[in-house]
Amino acid sequence: MNSVTTFLTQDGGFWVLTLVKIALLLFIVLTVNAYLTWFERKVVALMQSRVGPHRVGPHGLLQPAADGLKFLFKEDVMPGGVDKFVYLLAPFLALTLALASLAVIPFGPNPLPFRFFGHQIDLFITNPSIGLLVLFSITALGVYGVALAGWASNSKYPLLGGLRSSAQMVSYELSMTMSVVGVLLMANSFSLTDIISQQDSSKYGLLSWNTFTFHGGFPQVVGFLCFFISAIAETNRVPFDLPEAESELVAGFHTEYSSFKFAMFFIAEYTSMITVSSLCAILFFGGWNSPFPATWTFTHYIPSLILIPSGLWVLFDGLKYETIFGKLVLPVVGTVIAGIGALLLAGIWIAPLHDVNEYIQGPFWLLSKILSFLFFYVWARGTLPRFRYDQLMNIGWKLLLPVSIANVIVTAAFVLFRSAS
Amino acid sequence: MSPALFVFFLLAALAVIGALSLILQKHPIHSALSLIVVMVSLAGLYLLLGAEFVAAVQIIVYGGAIMVLFVFVIMLLNASAEEHTDFSKLAKFGGLPLALALTGLLAAAMIHDGGSVSNSGGTDITLASTSGISMMLFSTFVYPFELTSFLILVAIMGALVLAQREKKT
Repeated sequence: MNSVTTFLTQDGGFWVLTLVKIALLLFIVLTVNAYLTWFERKVVALMQSRVGPHRVGPHGLLQPAADGLKFLFKEDVMPGGVDKFVYLLAPFLALTLALASLAVIPFGPNPLPFRFFGHQIDLFITNPSIGLLVLFSITALGVYGVALAGWASNSKYPLLGGLRSSAQMVSYELSMTMSVVGVLLMANSFSLTDIISQQDSSKYGLLSWNTFTFHGGFPQVVGFLCFFISAIAETNRVPFDLPEAESELVAGFHTEYSSFKFAMFFIAEYTSMITVSSLCAILFFGGWNSPFPATWTFTHYIPSLILIPSGLWVLFDGLKYETIFGKLVLPVVGTVIAGIGALLLAGIWIAPLHDVNEYIQGPFWLLSKILSFLFFYVWARGTLPRFRYDQLMNIGWKLLLPVSIANVIVTAAFVLFRSAS
Repeated sequence: MSPALFVFFLLAALAVIGALSLILQKHPIHSALSLIVVMVSLAGLYLLLGAEFVAAVQIIVYGGAIMVLFVFVIMLLNASAEEHTDFSKLAKFGGLPLALALTGLLAAAMIHDGGSVSNSGGTDITLASTSGISMMLFSTFVYPFELTSFLILVAIMGALVLAQREKKT
């Protein structure tokens, strides 16, 4: 019996549970995607001393919903002379592959404390022994979405964008794959949960994360930098967004796509941003491990210490907001946030709330790490200009690839030395 | 029919349809896409045999890197739809009989010891796992493995030399 045949002989409860988990994850991720656009626009606006979206809903919070509706109701134009099958296949491929990669990402250490028809409810959809390889094979196929969209549009600018992107993604895939080999050598496994549990921080806190630790290997600072830079290039984001460089190529590979097909490319891009951020957190920054040693139990109340002040801030900001709608909605949202924080803090005295607080520690740290990497993405977009095409190729082949190979050799030497002594 | 067998036939049919479509499509991009379908369904078959690492590498190397280069070159040359030609004489008198002979030979071999072929992949997991493959590659078959990589290196150098020569003249 191998993993596939075991999978095929599961009972009905397993299938229902998995489908529900998939639906829930898709709902959460798509909502987060929508608000990621709001977050990006707000942060970039603040960096450029602007207000950002603020018309639709209080602080522009309903802007994502308005955008979504607009995408749905716009006319869907198909330009003449396109290769219909490939033209329709490309956005479908881009979106499906981006969403499929979320299936292997683990979001928390412990299964939920109750069972579903005898099935344990884990905080991941699947945990294959080759988790990281699955992610890389999905990334390898992800090139087709962009390349085929550019080719099928029957137009010059998309074709140039598609060509650029396939060259860029093939080049940076190499350094991206090489830069994680160090982590694999230290963890001795392809499974993402194994990689996280190897960075167990209960003793030395954040010093046992792969970026900082000498335990069983060599600090992967260089590996992390190579990985993050290549991953930004792999997701076609600023400063590596040459496939859609608007000053040169109109909108690059998705110029000829309108309405919801354009939105599919958009969602695919933001979903792969989330995947890359989670991979950074999992591979190099300890995943769900807290940055503090396990003996510092007071750090378990950090979630409430963040939730209560931000909730109170939203509450008071809402009270003096200009519009009636904002005056009504924001205080309610603020009270709910502060209330959740207060309930978690009450875990000091109330046992069941204490258990809840302990349970959310893992997901809380993983999500905060993911959020900080997403902020890095936006930060880079707000500050860095786009690279020239020859610079892009030079960075990929002459800088990142040799450096990541050197990182592999050094790490391998350290691992060998450690295991010998 | 067991679920595993059902999935096997599904993937096998997909691979055969993809291969046929590869030959019959008129446009090079459609042919390349059909070849990707073949590669991915082969990866599914490897997964069914318990060879997870091989399946992932099949997609990363063949489905990803190599086929992306194919698509890239087709896009770069802006190749358009091709006309189907009749069978060449070589294909008619040499190719078809040889293809039939190969199919017959493979079928005969499978019928002869079909049981052992279908079982060996499914049961022996340790051999197909990542560590099993690396143990074989770097201990038992280390010389053939290193020789192959040397061969690939020579091919890369050859391509480089050819490209440089064209630049000079």
